[in-house]
Amino acid sequence: MTEMAQPAAYDALAGEWRRRQTRRLAAIFLATAAVIAAFAYAGALDFSRYADALPTIAQLAQDSFPPDFARWREWGRPLLETLATGIAGTALGATLALPLSALAARNAGAPVWLNETVRFWLGAVRSLPGLIWGVIFVAAVGFGPLPGVLALGVHSTGMLGKLFFEALEHVEPGPGAALRAQGASRLGVFRFALLPQALPRLTDALIYRLEHNLRAATTLGIVGAGGFGLEIVTAFHLFEYREASALILVLLALITLVNFFGATLRRAMLRGF
Amino acid sequence: MSMLHFVPNPVACWPLPGPATPALSVDGLCVTRGGRQILRQVSTAFAAGVVTVVVGPSGAGKTTLLNVLNGLVEPTGGEVFAHDFGAPHGVDSLRSSDSWAALRQHTATIFQDHALIGRLSALDNVLLAFAESRHPLSPFPWPRFAREAAAKALADVGLLDRAFDRVENFSGGERQRIGIARALARGPRLLLGDEPFSSLDQPLARRLGQDLRALAVRDGVTLVLVLHQIALARALADRIVGLNDGRVVFDGPAEIFDAEAEASVFTSTPNTKGS
Repeated sequence: MTEMAQPAAYDALAGEWRRRQTRRLAAIFLATAAVIAAFAYAGALDFSRYADALPTIAQLAQDSFPPDFARWREWGRPLLETLATGIAGTALGATLALPLSALAARNAGAPVWLNETVRFWLGAVRSLPGLIWGVIFVAAVGFGPLPGVLALGVHSTGMLGKLFFEALEHVEPGPGAALRAQGASRLGVFRFALLPQALPRLTDALIYRLEHNLRAATTLGIVGAGGFGLEIVTAFHLFEYREASALILVLLALITLVNFFGATLRRAMLRGF
Repeated sequence: MSMLHFVPNPVACWPLPGPATPALSVDGLCVTRGGRQILRQVSTAFAAGVVTVVVGPSGAGKTTLLNVLNGLVEPTGGEVFAHDFGAPHGVDSLRSSDSWAALRQHTATIFQDHALIGRLSALDNVLLAFAESRHPLSPFPWPRFAREAAAKALADVGLLDRAFDRVENFSGGERQRIGIARALARGPRLLLGDEPFSSLDQPLARRLGQDLRALAVRDGVTLVLVLHQIALARALADRIVGLNDGRVVFDGPAEIFDAEAEASVFTSTPNTKGS
């Protein structure tokens, strides 16, 4: 490369470079404007509304202290219900999401029309919040943990399906091509090339979803799907803030335990057992 | 795939060195991608027990030619003929996916970027050579014959003692050897290598190259290698195919691939020479 050639080479790129910079700045400006508009619309920029907030929260914290664990013997069953709802809902969601993600991923061999159809339905399923699915399934199968399992299962299918197919699409194409070149079937390529590569990301998504579902299982108690959430809501309704704070601490301990278990499981998976 | 033809009775479609008959041949092969012509009317043949080395400058279409032969790239024109690869239906199977399946059963490819799964062990990667012999949903471990063949292939490339190490902990050269082991484990009749020695030092590249050559000659394997090391190409090849800008500009015995022929391949003016 000569010294004379460099300015000419730069000039050839300068126009396109400037256009790209302008587009990038415009995108940043528009995104910032949208965020500020959202805050303003939600009333978050009306600072007078924060005046009473801090004293109220301080009062609530004072009323909640010290936590009251007197009824701890009665919490075992709802706690187990919540745990079972979270685990079973996640397992149901993951079991349905994995084959659907294989059909939705562009690199797993399914035709484009099927990719799009499955993606549409995964989007449709997750567009309804878990709480709405809870109301629907309470009406369908009655009260208790079962509607919670079904609600979390269906909603998790939509969420995990999206996370799974995105993870599958991010794998290196080489190993899959190597298997195709030797005549492996589409299912074989998925099982032996895509899945092993995507497994750490699938595990991450699954553990994150389990943690999310355990929290969601407590909220589902509000719509009649049983569990620990019902206990917390009842304590708040009865103004038993000290008991409510004890229940929240127990829930926090449970979630921490699940996180620890999840991290251990992930490490084991990454090590390859 | 619709362009692969099985020819039940081997017929010498293209002149080949010595008494060799073609195992695989291509006729008028064209590949166009994104409006760019990568292969233009490529016609040549590859014989069993003969080492064919494809050379040419970057972007000449060497990898694409190899990927047409293993079915990863569908040609936009021309035809591929497979001779005597155990076509199940003879002449009736022309232009069918069954024909490709039959050829692929006997095909192995060594990829330039290794195409290995980093988080799996060397052994697990080599076992993928047998992926089509195990049901994807099978809960059972790999069959014994596959484990034995994988272990032997790893021993052949000198990596048996690291069989259970994860591939991401291997050097580039070691990964290339694992890729070679995966290809050899299949006991292929058509072995394609896309720069199979590019990450290896020269002595090791020569040794493994000679091993592949010996295998091809001994077992009648059709060996097609894409190489950029011209000295190694001359040392290994029975026959050299030179590509430039998607065209065959040299096709002949390695002995006549002299400096002039090399220059014709690596300059942009197509200059056909050889037999």
